[in-house]
Amino acid sequence: MLFHTLLFYVFATVLIGAALGVVFARNPVHSIMFLVLTFFQAAVLWLMAEAEFLAIVLVLVYVGAVMVLFLFVVMMLNVEVEAVKRGLVRYAPLAIVISLIMAVELVQLIWVRGAVTGASYGFAPNPEGYDNTKALGAVLYTEHVYAFEIAAVVLLLAIVAAITLTMRKRPGLKVQDIGKQVSVRAKDRVRIVKMKSESKS
Amino acid sequence: MIDLMPQFIVNIWDSLPPLVQYLTVVTWKILFVTICVILAVAFSTYFERKVIGSMQSRVGPNRVGPLGLGQPFADVIKLLIKEIVIPTESNKFLFVIAPLLSLIPALATWAVMPLHPGFTIANINAGLLYVLALTSVGVYGVILAGWATNSKYAFLGAMRSAAQIVAYEIAMGFALVGVLMAGGSLNLGVIVEAQSGGFSNWFLLPLFPLFIVYWISGVAETNRAPFDVAEGESEIVAGFHVEYSGVAFALFFLAEYANMVLISGLTALFFLGGWASPLAGWTFLLDTPLAFIAAPSFFWLFLKISFFMYSFFWFRATFPRYRYDQIMRLGWKVFIPVTIVWIAVEAVMAWLRVGPWAGLGA
Repeated sequence: MLFHTLLFYVFATVLIGAALGVVFARNPVHSIMFLVLTFFQAAVLWLMAEAEFLAIVLVLVYVGAVMVLFLFVVMMLNVEVEAVKRGLVRYAPLAIVISLIMAVELVQLIWVRGAVTGASYGFAPNPEGYDNTKALGAVLYTEHVYAFEIAAVVLLLAIVAAITLTMRKRPGLKVQDIGKQVSVRAKDRVRIVKMKSESKS
Repeated sequence: MIDLMPQFIVNIWDSLPPLVQYLTVVTWKILFVTICVILAVAFSTYFERKVIGSMQSRVGPNRVGPLGLGQPFADVIKLLIKEIVIPTESNKFLFVIAPLLSLIPALATWAVMPLHPGFTIANINAGLLYVLALTSVGVYGVILAGWATNSKYAFLGAMRSAAQIVAYEIAMGFALVGVLMAGGSLNLGVIVEAQSGGFSNWFLLPLFPLFIVYWISGVAETNRAPFDVAEGESEIVAGFHVEYSGVAFALFFLAEYANMVLISGLTALFFLGGWASPLAGWTFLLDTPLAFIAAPSFFWLFLKISFFMYSFFWFRATFPRYRYDQIMRLGWKVFIPVTIVWIAVEAVMAWLRVGPWAGLGA
């Protein structure tokens, strides 16, 4: 148990360090790599709480897809570092207030409510043969099926909206029509002109 | 095995705490699998050059050692003693770390592969998700290498690779949804066991379109020909690893081939029954020296992996490179709809218990 606690603090320290790195790194690409590290550490903490489905999905979705696109955009845009630094100072009070509110809420949730319900520290280990994924699926598709389906439809709507935004037709846009390219015949492109050879004069 | 050991070794072993015993066994398993993968990579480079050589009416490597079998080791030694050049204007830390970032996920995924009945380094419940997560993390090596080099060619390669891998990962994920529906579990060992008991139990026939999509997406995911636009030596020199030399280049090379072996292994596992034997019902073989081909074993997995590795090289020798917009079109507009339709077909057929779908998801 001591080993477990020690591991928790090591990973939590790395997580907080990485999260600070996201804010204070000079280079935006470094910031993103710190954010990736933060997600990884959060996933490890979830694994330690035996929530392996959530942990691996966090890595799969955020590290594998979302952060790759972030990296893509940041590399393409060449963010101006000085402007970002000025913004850091300007927004610092607001950020501190928000993080304080979140910290107070967490303390309220964990300590105060924990004291009321008499919950102990740590998690009771799951019984042998317990499948995290199955348990989650059983709850999602029965008890919370409406919320789940609404979330799915909202996401679908976002996808459709994003695609329609890119579908606008500009006049004079040159696009390849693959059907036309395939059906093209030699006689449409090349005109063979037969002429008699000229005599030397 | 235990009987052969001298008594004092058995006694010392039994006196160790369980945690130490566990760590020792797992460490040896990891070392064993890693060394096997690296050897497989070394010899698949030789195999590739021989296969492509014979397809193009050449001889291939035949100078180092008998039949040229020493060629991979000669190549490794050459790369090891070459200088690593770090470009002046590059981002040095990310430049050095990028090859590692592409190699580590390629090797770490082997942890959940069931290689032989009962042999897995880590038999975890969410094995399939773990595989998906780690293969998607591998793209960071390529992107960071391209960016850290601070060269236009490398950057183009990185951008192409990022968009391509994100596109094909979705198709791969959907194909795997079909597999986990058929296998009824995220555990890779359970998926293989669901396919054991002869050829007709493999997921190959009921999930044939998903198999094709998964396999082609796998080729695209490893940046191999005909989807090797991230390297594209005729367009952008060598893409993301244009400035890498020596060991750093060797690491990228190792990662690419380790990924190829991995994708071959995973395709075999998901659709061709992994270590399951296609001749499982042939009891008349049991008394003959050929009994091992009717039994499930690593032999069959090796055969299947070798077949897929051969097809990788076959593709490279025969197909011209795809144009970039065609790659995107194939990924988004062909593969993803095909997988979604086939998942629906599979669900309905398994529900109605029709034909080869009848036994799925039991």
